[in-house]
Amino acid sequence: MRNPQLNQHGELQHLLTLDGLPRAIITQILDTAAPFTEVAEREVKKLPLLRGKSVFNLFFENSTRTRTTFEIAAKRLSADVINLNVATSSTKKGETLLDTVDNLCAMQADMFVVRHESSGAPYLIAQHLQNTGRDHIHVVNAGDGRHAHPTQGLLDMYTIRHYKQEFHNLTVAIVGDVLHSRVARSQIAALTTLGVPEVRVIAPKTLLPTDVDKMGVQVFHSMEEGLKGVDVVMMLRLQNERMNGALLPSPQEFFKVWGLTAEKLALAKPDAIVMHPGPMNRGVEIDSAVADGGQAVILPQVTFGIAVRMAVMSMLGGSH
Amino acid sequence: MPLPDTEQLIATLADAMRPRVTPDTCLVGIHTGGVWLAERLHALLGLSPPLGSIDVSFYRDDYAAKGLHPQPRGSRIPFDVAGAHIVIVDDVLYTGRTTRAALNELFDYGRPSRVDLAVLIDRGGRELPISASFCALTLPAPLPTGQNLQLERDDSGALTLRLIHA
Repeated sequence: MRNPQLNQHGELQHLLTLDGLPRAIITQILDTAAPFTEVAEREVKKLPLLRGKSVFNLFFENSTRTRTTFEIAAKRLSADVINLNVATSSTKKGETLLDTVDNLCAMQADMFVVRHESSGAPYLIAQHLQNTGRDHIHVVNAGDGRHAHPTQGLLDMYTIRHYKQEFHNLTVAIVGDVLHSRVARSQIAALTTLGVPEVRVIAPKTLLPTDVDKMGVQVFHSMEEGLKGVDVVMMLRLQNERMNGALLPSPQEFFKVWGLTAEKLALAKPDAIVMHPGPMNRGVEIDSAVADGGQAVILPQVTFGIAVRMAVMSMLGGSH
Repeated sequence: MPLPDTEQLIATLADAMRPRVTPDTCLVGIHTGGVWLAERLHALLGLSPPLGSIDVSFYRDDYAAKGLHPQPRGSRIPFDVAGAHIVIVDDVLYTGRTTRAALNELFDYGRPSRVDLAVLIDRGGRELPISASFCALTLPAPLPTGQNLQLERDDSGALTLRLIHA
């Protein structure tokens, strides 16, 4: 079966997950993103690629940063952007997901940027568009349930490549709440596809998925062990809102054992970079001294995120 | 069709430009051949502003039909465009669409005082009302579609125009 993200010419048709996305496409997205970073320095911070196109931000789950960076990216490509906070509208009145999509298609949508609390919702939309012969409409997954957050994974790869140039000689540690994290899944898929030889996951057993040993990563249950000699530390947010039960002691206890402090970071390579997808819980998964320190690249991640999303949208908008 | 010596054409182009540029004139080469040519002209004319380069991938008018170029190299305009005299440099002038795209891109950086176009060779076949300010060689008759002129650079940096039959 054809990869549902690619069209018959092997071009990106939808961006749904990094799992199974060919290395050549991931590299092409990163290469395409590079020249977009320069647009911010122009007097007119716009490129005409998506002029006359309508991008619908379809957020069934709240998000400020991701929605905003997608909006900036689409606007820098000259698209018209329509933001729908579906969490507070039609679905509350009982409309189904696909009815919402059909209605927006009737308003001449060209692209959907979808965030949904259910894993697989963007697939469902992409499949529906394909089944109804609307191949010219593209879907970008902006985070679905615990499944995937591909543009976050891509901007993380862009950030790593920016600071470390290559992937084949790196040791990367992903730290924290892997169980609830779609970000971690996308990061692991991208890192392994791009040939990072050692991907580590550092987390308490209660915050690891049961199938973690099938993900091609090394599991550590101690920060002291896992951080030793790494080039990149990718922190995850402790997802309080996704926890319903006693997976954890108090946030203070969590910080004591799993929080990234300057002392623990000293175990990594001296030039290791520290990343975080945001929003940060200071004093829970990361100490302020580290978050604001010289090794943190957390704000550049946000800036690169715009260029990476421009790359994805311009590749989708030009595929047939 | 025998093509004249490329190095000779570059010298002819520089001679044509010399009386109409000042040391503050800015050159912008269009990727890839135009950038190589602009590097040579920059040295021959002794211009002071750093060289600019434009990759028109983001401004092409066939994006909707052909999609994005797979390896866009980006543009670098390392001088203030506002009020500058700019010469856009390309190896071959054909339909004029690349020049149109480069002009549009340039104006997103600011408003130049004057823009000229310098090309090594005009092969005819224009589809837009565009002409070169400086041109080393104009072909007597338009080159048939399917034939392409391409600038190549060898390891020593020497440039050669080649005729390619598609």
